[in-house]
Amino acid sequence: MRVLFIATLVAPLFVVLQTPAAGQDRNAAATAKASAPIDITGYWVALVTEDWRFRMITPRKGDYQPVPMTPEARKVADAWDPSADEASGNQCKAYGAAAIMRLAARFHITWQDDSTLRIESDYGTQTRLLRFNSSTQTASAAGERTWQGYSSAQWEGPASLKVSTSNLRSGYLRKNGVPYSENATVTEYFDLAPIPSGGQVLLVTAIVDDPQYLRQPFTTSSQFKKEADGSKWDPTPCAAK
Amino acid sequence: MGSNAVRRKMNRSALIFGALCLVACSSAFAQMELNGSWTPRNHEFLTGDGLPVDFTGIPLSEEGRIRALSYSESQLEMVEHQCQGWPAFYLVQGPFGLRIWSETDPLKGNVISYTIGGWEDRAPMTIWMDGRPRPSQYALHTRSGFTTGTWEGNTLVTYTTHMKAGFLRKTGAPSSDEATTTMRFYRHADILTILEIIEDPIYLAEPWILSRSFQLSATPQPPIGPPCITAYEGSVGPTAPHYLPEKNPFVNEMTTKYGVPRDAAIGKPETLYPEYRRKIPPATAVQ
Repeated sequence: MRVLFIATLVAPLFVVLQTPAAGQDRNAAATAKASAPIDITGYWVALVTEDWRFRMITPRKGDYQPVPMTPEARKVADAWDPSADEASGNQCKAYGAAAIMRLAARFHITWQDDSTLRIESDYGTQTRLLRFNSSTQTASAAGERTWQGYSSAQWEGPASLKVSTSNLRSGYLRKNGVPYSENATVTEYFDLAPIPSGGQVLLVTAIVDDPQYLRQPFTTSSQFKKEADGSKWDPTPCAAK
Repeated sequence: MGSNAVRRKMNRSALIFGALCLVACSSAFAQMELNGSWTPRNHEFLTGDGLPVDFTGIPLSEEGRIRALSYSESQLEMVEHQCQGWPAFYLVQGPFGLRIWSETDPLKGNVISYTIGGWEDRAPMTIWMDGRPRPSQYALHTRSGFTTGTWEGNTLVTYTTHMKAGFLRKTGAPSSDEATTTMRFYRHADILTILEIIEDPIYLAEPWILSRSFQLSATPQPPIGPPCITAYEGSVGPTAPHYLPEKNPFVNEMTTKYGVPRDAAIGKPETLYPEYRRKIPPATAVQ
C-alpha cells in the first residue's frame, strides 16, 4: 500500500517537472545560453516564397496591399519620397526591427555573451541585440530610439524564443513608405523545423502593434533556410529606393 | 490468495499506473489546444496577384513551368473543372479561417483525430492521431489526401499524402498526385502559425516552404462552405482551353504592371534567394 501511495504522489510530480513552466524555473539559474532549448545560431537565408514583389524589389508608390493601414498611414505613405530620405540620412527606415526579418536578406545569429543573442543582416548591415534577463523598465531606460530598438528575449515553452521590441525610431514596414510609428512594438516568435528532404528552417512569426498607423496588428511569418557557412554573405548598405 | 500476494499485486499495479501516467500525462501536458475557430491574418500575399502568369516565389521545375504556362483560366468554365477544388495545402494559401475540432476516444480520452473544416473549394482535412498505417500508394487519392499527425513537444506535426493532382496557385502552377505536405502547427498565445513544406518530385525543383498565421476567435468559423454547383458557363466543344507555353500572352504582365523580372514571374528557383536581387536593375519598380 505504501508503494501505491508513493507512486500516486510521485507520478504527477514527474508530470509537473516535465511541463514547460517548470523547465523555465529549473533553468532560471542557468545562463540563457546554457539553458537554450533550441539552437538558432548560424547563417540563415530568407526564402522569398511569399510577398515576392514587396520584398525583392521596391514596390511602386501606392502598392500597399495587404497591410491593414489606417487612413493616416496611407497619407504618410502617399507622401513617400526616397530621395528625401536619402538626403536626410534616413535611408535605413525600411530596415528597422519591425520590418527587417521580412527583407530578402541573410542573417547571422550568434551569442554575443551568455545572455545576449546577436542578429546581423547582410542587407542593410543592421545588428539586433536580443537581451535575456532584461525588463520593461530596462527598455524604457534604454535611451535613444534606434532602428532596431530595444529587444527583450525569453525562452518560451519547450522549444521557442519570444522577443519583444520597443524604443524604435519610426520607420517603414515596406520599402515604399508604409509607415510605423516610434510607439510601435514588435513581438516575435522564433521556431525551428526540419525539412523532410534535408536541412533546417527557422520560422519567425512577427506581430507589429501600432495603433497610430495600423488598424490591427500586422502579422507575418517568414521562413529562413540554414546555410553551412557565410560564403554567400553579402554586406550591402541601406538603400532608400 | 494471501495478504502478501495481494499487496505485491497492488504494488505492481501502482508502479504500472505511475509509469503510464509518466508517459501519457506528460505528453498530454506538452501539447497545445488547437480546437476552436481561427480567423486568418491575411497580411501576406500567398495566392498571387491574380494576374494569369504570377508564379513568383514558387520554385517550379522546368516541367512545372511548361505546364503552368500552358494553363488557361478559361478551363474553369468547363463543367468538369468548375468544382475541382484544391489539395490540402490550400489550407495555408487560402484566404479563409479555420474551424478545428477533435474526436476523442470515449474510453482512453486520447485524441483520435483532428478535423479542419472545409470550404467551397477545399475539402475538410482529417488528421489521424491514432498511429494508423498509411494506405498503399495505389489507394484512392482525394482532394484532402491522407494525413497523420504526431506531437513534437508543443508542436503538432502532420504529413499528408494521397492528394489528387491540383494547383499550387490558382493561376495554373500545377501539383502532381505525388506531392506531399508536411505542416507544423505552432501556437503562441492566441496566434496559430502553420508552417507548410510542400514537396513534389515532378513539378517543384525544391521544397516550397510557406506559412500563415491565424488569430483565435470567439466568432465561430464555418466548418463547411457553400456547395459548389456546376452550370453552363460558355464552354463549347471537346477541347480544353490552353496556350502553347512559349506563346502565353500574359507572360509579361507582372513586368509591365509591377516591374517584376520575367524569370521571377515564371517561378525560376534562383529568384527565391536574396542574391537574385543583384540581377535586378536598381529601382526597377520605383516610380
